[in-house]
Amino acid sequence: MSTPFYVSPEQLMKDRADFARKGIARGRSLAAVQYADGVLLVTENPSQALHKVSELYDRLAFAAVGRYNEFENLRIAGVRLADMRGYAYDRRDVTGRGLANAYAQTLGTIFSSGGEKPYEVEIFVAEVGETAADDQIYRLTYEGRVADEHGFAVMGGDADTVASYLKEHYTEGADLASALRVAVAALGHSADGGQVQDRVIPVEDLEVAVLDRTRVQPRKFRRILPARLDELLGERGPAQTAPAGHTSETPTDLPPTPGAGDGEPPVAPPV
Amino acid sequence: MSDARIPGAFLRPGTSSFSDFLAENAPDLLPARRSLPAGSAAELAPHGTTIVAATFPGGLVMAGDRRATMGNVIAQRDIEKVFPADEYSLVGIAGTAGLAVEMVRLFQVELEHYEKIEGTILSLDGKANRLSALIRANLGMAMQGLAVVPMFAGYDLDRGIGRIFGYDVTGGRHEELSFFSVGSGSLFARGAMKKLYRPDLSQDDAVRVCLQALYDAADDDSATGGPDLTRRIFPVVWVVTADGVQRLPDETLSTLADQMVDARMARPDGPVAPLPGSGEEPQA
Repeated sequence: MSTPFYVSPEQLMKDRADFARKGIARGRSLAAVQYADGVLLVTENPSQALHKVSELYDRLAFAAVGRYNEFENLRIAGVRLADMRGYAYDRRDVTGRGLANAYAQTLGTIFSSGGEKPYEVEIFVAEVGETAADDQIYRLTYEGRVADEHGFAVMGGDADTVASYLKEHYTEGADLASALRVAVAALGHSADGGQVQDRVIPVEDLEVAVLDRTRVQPRKFRRILPARLDELLGERGPAQTAPAGHTSETPTDLPPTPGAGDGEPPVAPPV
Repeated sequence: MSDARIPGAFLRPGTSSFSDFLAENAPDLLPARRSLPAGSAAELAPHGTTIVAATFPGGLVMAGDRRATMGNVIAQRDIEKVFPADEYSLVGIAGTAGLAVEMVRLFQVELEHYEKIEGTILSLDGKANRLSALIRANLGMAMQGLAVVPMFAGYDLDRGIGRIFGYDVTGGRHEELSFFSVGSGSLFARGAMKKLYRPDLSQDDAVRVCLQALYDAADDDSATGGPDLTRRIFPVVWVVTADGVQRLPDETLSTLADQMVDARMARPDGPVAPLPGSGEEPQA
């Protein structure tokens, strides 16, 4: 019987983390921004059918970056968990914390189990409360870490660049239009080699949704469609679609993603 | 399995139906999955009674009285029997109140669940068929006296009209395009609506027709409650149009009910329908 190569646990975990990070870095960034009436979720997503931001429950939204098939499974599991709990107990008993915990346990178990490929996803679970102070953004990473974010949070490809732009320009308690303008500008911001190259993302390529506490229905999730986005964003100059492979960390040692020249993770065909 | 992750069944792609998911993974939560000892259970629990609905160009009205009865006893004076199923449809219930309310709750989650998983809302016929399946699953209990007979109605976004669906205990459904009633007082309500309904009703007049029909049902059926003027309890009335569902506020209903009762003081049997050929002018 041959002895397997010894790999130290540190190295094993590091390799797995690098693998997951690379996968996530290939996609575009997604920003969650708190504004006066709730939480705004913005990402660049040319597909109108395959969503990265969606509704989980009355006051909860789900946003993810990374591999579509993996986060789609997690989203469906979240909807089922939330609906089942809400049906068995009461609608008010479905909380962001409960779902964030379930996701953390799942991602953590998959990350540290030897037999499985770690998930290449990062997730936000956003929750809107009665007042701005009750709003929550939970950030879940590929290894199952949970962080409670305030003000704004960014994940995905160029997360650091986008976050640094938001850090400079974010104001607390802004209205929807100004919060959206800052978030969209942040996603279009890039600073390759110290050279600032901002672009205007066309409205058709934006996926935007809000959890709006002023909505009268119990379900606070609402998508903002391109026509309304155009109104909210106002005049921004000529739009530029994303250049192919714009992310600086596009790995060269991985096989190219079939049929996705723009650095997007592979997606399921629309049904 | 010792790991703490979300159970595999939740992560498995497949069904977008919440009730199918429950049937597989938590069947005890389904209202219809309960076994009863032999015999009739009809007298054990309160029954809800009359629901009426009428369409008008661009939408429809559904209204229900507020009484629940157990045999000869009035079990509840202010029960609500008309609910929004989602943002464009309504469901009204007659039959065993406890089971019916639970079935409505399941139906509401069913529609919302599909909408969230698939990212699109079900067609009105699709919703009506899902309700059929839920009623059919309850057939065993219906045969022991715990029947639930709902009425479903909604705004068809594709066709721009209000549509009403009636059901029988086996889940069979049929569509009504003008007006419909279910429950113990439904025969009397239907008689009233036959004489009062016109296809070109305004929304307000459709509400009046429904209130008159409920009054007539309460007049002749002991299990249907009329407007309770001393306690100020009035029928629950919901309207659905292209803008979605909306419950009429109590103030509006209180005014309408007072007008109706005032008119009935002069003529207890309600408005008179014109009689063609008699040469007599109809009274208001």
